[in-house]
Order: sequence, then C-alpha cells, then structure tokens
Amino acid sequence: MTAPVSHADPFGHDNLEDPGPLHESLRAAGPVVRLSRYDTYALARYEHVHAALTDWQRFQSAAGVGLSNFRHEKPWRPPSLLLEADPPRHDAPRRVLSAIIGPRALHRLRERWAADAADLVDRVLDDDGGVVDAVPALAEAFPLRVFPDAVGIPADGRENLLPYGDHLFNAFGPPNDLVAAGAGRIAGLSAWVDARCAREVLTADGFGAAIWAAADRGDLTPDQAPLVVRSLLSAGVDTTVHGLSAVLYALATNPRQWERLCAQPSLARVAFDEAVRWESPVQTFFRTATTDVTVGETVIPDGAKILMFLGAANRDPRRWDDPDRFDLGRDPSGHVGFGMGLHQCVGQHIARLEAESLLTALARRVSRIEPAGPVARHHNNTLRAWRSIPVRLHRK
Amino acid sequence: MAETRTLRVTGKEPVADDVVALTLADPGGARLPDWTPGAHIDVILPGGLTRQYSLCGDRWDAHSYRIAVLRERGGRGGSAYVHDVLAVGGVVGLGGPRNNFPLVPAGRYLFIAGGIGITPLLPMIAQAELLGADWQLLYGGRREASLAFGHDLLGYGDRVHLRPEDRHGLLDLPGFLARWRPGTRVYCCGPAPLLAAVERACAGLPPHTLRTERFVASAAAGLARGAPFEIELARSGTVLTVPAHSSVLDVVTAAGAGVLSSCRQGVCGTCEITVLAGEPEHRDSVLDDAERAAGTRMFACVSRARSDRLVVDL
Repeated sequence: MTAPVSHADPFGHDNLEDPGPLHESLRAAGPVVRLSRYDTYALARYEHVHAALTDWQRFQSAAGVGLSNFRHEKPWRPPSLLLEADPPRHDAPRRVLSAIIGPRALHRLRERWAADAADLVDRVLDDDGGVVDAVPALAEAFPLRVFPDAVGIPADGRENLLPYGDHLFNAFGPPNDLVAAGAGRIAGLSAWVDARCAREVLTADGFGAAIWAAADRGDLTPDQAPLVVRSLLSAGVDTTVHGLSAVLYALATNPRQWERLCAQPSLARVAFDEAVRWESPVQTFFRTATTDVTVGETVIPDGAKILMFLGAANRDPRRWDDPDRFDLGRDPSGHVGFGMGLHQCVGQHIARLEAESLLTALARRVSRIEPAGPVARHHNNTLRAWRSIPVRLHRK
Repeated sequence: MAETRTLRVTGKEPVADDVVALTLADPGGARLPDWTPGAHIDVILPGGLTRQYSLCGDRWDAHSYRIAVLRERGGRGGSAYVHDVLAVGGVVGLGGPRNNFPLVPAGRYLFIAGGIGITPLLPMIAQAELLGADWQLLYGGRREASLAFGHDLLGYGDRVHLRPEDRHGLLDLPGFLARWRPGTRVYCCGPAPLLAAVERACAGLPPHTLRTERFVASAAAGLARGAPFEIELARSGTVLTVPAHSSVLDVVTAAGAGVLSSCRQGVCGTCEITVLAGEPEHRDSVLDDAERAAGTRMFACVSRARSDRLVVDL
C-alpha cells in the first residue's frame, strides 16, 4: 500500500515554533507517512516509534541519525562511535560509557551536585532578587557548572559547548538556514572540542579520564577514547539545558504542579521525566532501513531514511491520557524522550540527577515561580528549545 | 511480555555427546533483551534451581536465544533436568542477559575453548569474522564426538584447530600462543585446569591481553523463590504482597509509590530502588557480581526477593 503523503517541512520555522499541529496530522494520517519534501518516511505514533527505536537490526544508526545518508554522503565530522554506530562496533564504546556514567557511578556526585544547586539558587535569589531569565540563569548555568567539571575539561572556553551542540543538532536536519547560520564557526568550535578530548587536558578524576583508563585496559582502542569523550561533550550539554528549560517552563506555567512538587520534593524525578515526555527536548532522530521493512501496510524500502518523531509519540493519545497536560500525577515511564533500546540516552541518569538536584534546591527555597514576561523559543532542527523564560522566583 | 520474565523452549537438539542445544523464545513472541557476545543468561528451573548459560546464537535474531547445556555428572540436577525433563513447549524463568566476558575491540584474537566453554566464544568468532579481524581457535575436549559445534566450526577452515584429547593429548598452549603478536587479545573459556594453564602460558604477555571466563556448573547461591513475598515501603510502613506473576515495579507503582521506569527489561537502570533489609534476587543486566552481593540496590522491573520480605526506601 502507498503511504499517505505530507508536503510539510518539519524543519521549517513554523513547525519548529509549534510542532503540535504537524504531529497531530502525521499521527492521524497513518502509521507511516511519506515526507515528499525530503524523500523520507515519518513515524509519529508511539507504537511505531517505540518499535523502530528498539529494532536496531532493521532500523540502523550507522548510516547517520540525521537526514544525510552515510551510505551515499560523507559525514560532516567523523561519526559518533555511539549515536552513529550499530552493533558490533557500537558494543565497546557503549559498554564503557554505560559503566562510567550509569546510575551506580553517579551516586558519588549526588551530594556535590545538591550543594552546587543550592549555591546557584541562593545566588540567583540574592544577586538578582529572584527576577531572572530562567534559561541562562538556571537551565544553562547549572549544567555548565557541574557537567564539564564531571567530565574533567579545563574551565576556559566552556561557553563554546552550547554553540557546538546547537550546530551539531541542527546538522541532523536538512542544510537549511539554521545550519548555514552555524557553519561559519563550526570548524573552530569542533577544533576546540576535539582538543578537550585529549588525555593530557583532562583532570584525573573525571569521566574523561575514566574513558582513557578503559582504553589503557584495552576495553577501547586508543583511537576510540577521544571520540567517546567527544560524545559526552556533544550530547551532554544542550540536551540537559533544554530539558531543564522544559521542566522550569512547565512548572512556571502550571502553578498547581509546582505546589505539588513543593509538598512532595521526591516528585522531582517524576517532574523531570514528565517534562521530557511533554516537551521532548530531542524531537526527532532518523534511522535507515537495512532491508525492506513493513510498517502498518507500507513497505519502507532498504536504504530509505525514516524520521522518528519522539515528540509526537510522547503526546500520542493512543498511549497517553490527556497527553498535552503536564501532570505530576501521571506515570511518564516508557516515554521515548530519551529514546529506547540499545541507543537509549546513555546520559539519562546524569540528566535526571542534574534535574533532581536543581528542582530539589528550588523547591526548598522558592514558594512560587511566576512568569515575568514574554517567553521566546530557540529554533533548532532537532531540539525543542527555549531562548528566554523570564520568571520571578518568590523566596520562601 | 509476561511480568515475570519467562522463556519457552522452542527447540531442543543434541549437538554432541552429553550436550543439548536449546532454542528459547518469549512465550508471547516479543523481542528478547539485546545481548553482546560473551553474555550469559540465568535460567531459572521449576523448583528455583538457577543455572547460568552463555548465549551462543545469533544476536541479529531478536526473537530467540540459543544455549547449549552439558550434562553434569555429579551436579545438583540442573543439567539433568534440562536433558531429561525439559521439553519443547516447556517454560523456564529468565534473568539477565549479563556480560562479564565482553569482546573488546582488537585486530587479532586467539580463542581457546575447553569443552562446553566453546559456547560464549561462538558469537565472538562470528563477530570477529564480521569485522574482518584475524583470529584462530584452539578447541579441546575429550573426544571428537564431545566437541559441540565442532563440525560447524570447520566451515571456517584453517582458522579452527579441533584437538580432541583422545587423539591429540593435552592442548599445545605454548605452540598456539606463539601466534601472539602485539595487539592480539586472548580469550579462553573452559574448566578451571585449562584456565590455570592458559594463565600460566600467558604470564609473559602484557597486562589485559588475556580475558577468561570459567565455565562453572555451580549455581548462584540458594534457590530462586517461586512463592509470593512481601515488600515493605519504609517511608510509609506500607506492606505489599508481590505475587509470583507480578513485578515489584507493578506492585509498588499500583500502590502509588511513583517509581520511574523505562525499558522494563532490567537494562536501562531507571527503576533502581534502595534495599534497606531483606535479600533481593537480582535478574537485571546492570549490576556486577560485587554489587549484587552487596544487596543494597535492585531494579524493580525484573528483580525479586529471596527472603520473605524486602524493605525498600520508598
């Protein structure tokens, strides 16, 4: 059967500003929709996105998780050993990184990050009287404070991480104006990031040094180690920034949910995952069919690119009751905001710990997060992001 | 997928003297958890005997596992049950997969197998071949008829050296290891005396060259529990019963304890809970042996209890 066709541009500014109507139309059209503009297929229902994410055998990543098909096109940078790899080459980098930043390894960071979050919130309340733009003051400030330290890169130049990540996530889309806008700086930013992956610049106690130690044990090859460090610096900053922005925006605009969190701070983890479901900071990733794959009644041909709409799946009413509502009473478990299957976000536990630290510190000191001006989106081909969320934090 | 994970036997065939191969699948036909070469699963037999078997099939087949089971003389009945009682259509419990014996990236491998220790090496060999690595296999056993999968391996040609003891005597380890060159990794699985001999033979090689897994028939301590158990939520004092066919995750979530989860296969690590008292029975793919023994954390989606009650920090 021929799949329904959409002529929409998922990477156009109207859809990046508000992807909701596009998502709804794609879900309604069928399990698979052909995107005429990019000669690809789209999956937008939870069931099919989940199935494609877990089926690495038929939906491969090594041909690129952006629009570019590495079977025919040269990648703009050396491919990631994690994101843009399939088994068996994916195995060793994934195993090493999972152990280094898995839930077990993060217990030792819990107290330090809680103290860092408390300190940051205190400073925001004292210095700015609590009237701040939550994006730079909290959502960017906290990850940029704790994460590069945890990786072990030097202090200078960390401001490069955000534009690097922004371009990287734009580059998964088509070569549109967003990619063109970042192209001028990217060579310099890439060189800066690559230089931070070398053994000699990393502190002895961080994730980066642990990756190099794995290479010393032979669990990775020496030429893999810097690329695995690069994955941390690529995927670990913008994503958490926008995840934190998402939960802060959600709590500012849903005061009943904020009250609920204050009354029961142990809901911080649920609040963050619910925000990741509701907002889906990573909106989309591509896969490539390794064979003719039948989804619904449509045959997706071998070699075709498939765009998975994580954000649409996370608001699919077939899976979620009242999906557009941000609700701490919901169990958001099973959302695909971190992906699913063997490529599922290896840093998800870091993201959760950052969010739990920051939300717990806020809930302890702040009685109300009041919107204090017009908000503004930041457009990115892959990420659902905020540029500005002005708020007034009311001190308890 | 069933909430307590089970596998159905969909195939059973002899592959050598005293060795049967089983093909296992999800009873509902679902995908099975992903695995990597060197991984093993816990097979939980009726009555709670738990045995560990290396996965020796094809990871590109997401819907079945393959294991091979040697009949253990003088064992405690696990392998005898598999050989004599367990039939196609029968059901066993599943723990894992876990991998304590991963294949690390290298351009060259030397594989040494003793008897049923060939099983974890089979998918490693397939993978080395797929990656175009240079590899050789030395495979020993008592007799030619006891070398499981020996005939299949001959398809790899002169990379494979089958050395049944009744014709060749003990394995010529120094001769085989003379092929070692810088960058070669040596993988060995088999009985303890073989591992000890290989360790001695590799003593002069650089650290981390040799990776071994001891083939052990000895079970995890104690029996897996079939009966329901209680779980006490320490913060509220609530005591819940976990029936044999429900997961801890479902029981505590139904009680409103708000435990996040994601993969529900014991892989992603999201549903970690802290154990304050009682003895967990770990069936996840995350914790290593020391962490399992510590017994202070568990993953609620798949792991259960050995003791009558678990007290958890919820």
